[in-house]
Amino acid sequence: MQPGQGNDEQGEGVSPFLAILGSPAARFLYRRLSQAVVVMLVVVVGSFVLLQFAPGDMVDVLAGEADLTAEQMADLRARYGLDQPWPVQLLAYMGRLASFDLGYSPKLAAPVLDVLLQRMPVTLTLVALSVVISLSVGSFLGVMAARRAGSLLDMTISTATLILYATPGFVVALGLIFFLSVKMRWLPTAGLTTVGADLRGMAWLVDVARHLVMPVLALCTSYMAIYARLCRATMLEITSLDYIRTAWAKGLPERRVIFTHAFRNALLPLVTMAGLQVSALLGGAVVVETLFGLQGMGRTAFDAVMERDVNMLLGVLFVCSFAVVIVNICIDLLYVWLDPRVKVAA
Amino acid sequence: MTVRRSSLFLGRILRRPSGALAAAILLAVFLMAILASVIAPQGPWVLGGDVRLWPGQNPAFPLGTDNFGRDLLAGVLYGARVSLMVGIGAASIAASVGVVVGAVAGYYGGVLDDILMRLTDAVQTIPSFLAAIAIVGVVEPSLTSIIAAVAIVEWPMIARLVRSEVLKIKGQDFVAACRIGGTSDLSIIFRQVLPNCMSPVIVATSLIVGTAILTEAGLAFLGLGDPNAMSWGTIIGSGRSTIRSAWYIVAVPSFAILFTVLALNLMSDALNDALNPRLNQS
Repeated sequence: MQPGQGNDEQGEGVSPFLAILGSPAARFLYRRLSQAVVVMLVVVVGSFVLLQFAPGDMVDVLAGEADLTAEQMADLRARYGLDQPWPVQLLAYMGRLASFDLGYSPKLAAPVLDVLLQRMPVTLTLVALSVVISLSVGSFLGVMAARRAGSLLDMTISTATLILYATPGFVVALGLIFFLSVKMRWLPTAGLTTVGADLRGMAWLVDVARHLVMPVLALCTSYMAIYARLCRATMLEITSLDYIRTAWAKGLPERRVIFTHAFRNALLPLVTMAGLQVSALLGGAVVVETLFGLQGMGRTAFDAVMERDVNMLLGVLFVCSFAVVIVNICIDLLYVWLDPRVKVAA
Repeated sequence: MTVRRSSLFLGRILRRPSGALAAAILLAVFLMAILASVIAPQGPWVLGGDVRLWPGQNPAFPLGTDNFGRDLLAGVLYGARVSLMVGIGAASIAASVGVVVGAVAGYYGGVLDDILMRLTDAVQTIPSFLAAIAIVGVVEPSLTSIIAAVAIVEWPMIARLVRSEVLKIKGQDFVAACRIGGTSDLSIIFRQVLPNCMSPVIVATSLIVGTAILTEAGLAFLGLGDPNAMSWGTIIGSGRSTIRSAWYIVAVPSFAILFTVLALNLMSDALNDALNPRLNQS
């Protein structure tokens, strides 16, 4: 920063650099980043502790593959620092993960990070589609139920969401497979594209969309139910407030009262919920990707468990936790944009 | 006095149709778990009949048999045991840890509160099912590791709840009176503060029982269940490959999960109303 440049209102008598550091935006960023660091620290230390509980270390796994002598094993342990006391090992482990070195997967013969980056798009597509669909359908159902509270429609929606909320994703998935694939023969059950079809352009997009319908639906349902119930409750709360009565009294049409006035405020708790949903979806992706044969990060985690590829398994946990941290920061920013009363530093 | 109070409490739960339904389903699940070894003394693993007998096809197997000829009724009964064990075990550990963390953070405040709440925040951010898979996958899958995994990912919810309740209560006069009277911190926390914030904890714990049952079912479905325990998720996972020809193998335990978790959710609603009678008196 050059001295003498800071003549904005904020920084009177303070150097402009300090003014920026002390600004609400910077404090907000600092607070969020320090929270992010704590989350990643807990993941890393947790993973390290977990590794101490694992039966056998990395060298034991390698020895199982390649028939090593005791001397070679001791040599390898020295090379990877596994003969060091645990605080040294923990520090080394933290250092590696801080630079996104997630280790090497002996089973896939590739660095863990490379594999995960390559498989991330499938999972991110599933997660993004699920958030958008469950949020829009769920809040629509919630608004409809709240509009005529106590009506037959309200009771139907409330009962349906109660049941959906209690149904595990894999049961929804199997139900969809049974009805939409086995009985109706409408949708393909596995993969992202039709094998050997070699489609281009629109035809390819339609093909992918058809393959994604059931996985996305299976991921959506429980949070769709949560959003619907939450949206119904907040809408009922909001519609008894004075400003809504004013809107009605002004003679505004129902559509405008509900959507422009009430729904905008009902969105806030839903947006908060979306952060939790992303976290839940990354877990649900393991089941759904495994069931529908999609090569994403969830499927990778499942394979890693089955093949005892510990580096890969903990790598998925690390990358997914990191993704949730980023999503949470984005949601905070979205919140500020949605609700002008919320200041970034609040 | 206590008899009247408890019967009043039960009456409040059973008064609502959803509360009565939930109580009936949960009672049935408990009876299934208790009577499993009476109704099906041979256990859930015996290859007793023909494979893929449909429900009702053979009176000896009222719910039919699975792909290996194992009795589905026995599977569902013993599965109730596993579900309840994991659900209640994990929820009670999560509740105990959460209560202690939340009480300490809320009562003492300051740096300790900061550290504990940051930790709570962090654990809540980590994708919980993924963490459970990692824990169970790295350590061997067993009922103990599954219960531990669920408890590890679920305690923060209780901790937050207890902390906010403690913050509300600790400013009240009776707590100040205790402190002036020289009551020790521990005694204030456990005898005065905590008993006053138990209602939301009970409601949240009953929800965690449901979450734990869903998590266990998901893990078992993926093949990460305890290999020595027949669970509803295990049956669904093994029936999945024959869903075209014998969908009932998947459907029977699926309904067991659905009804149990639904009953737990309804029960937590009913508990919420019964424990806060002033809240919903409209």
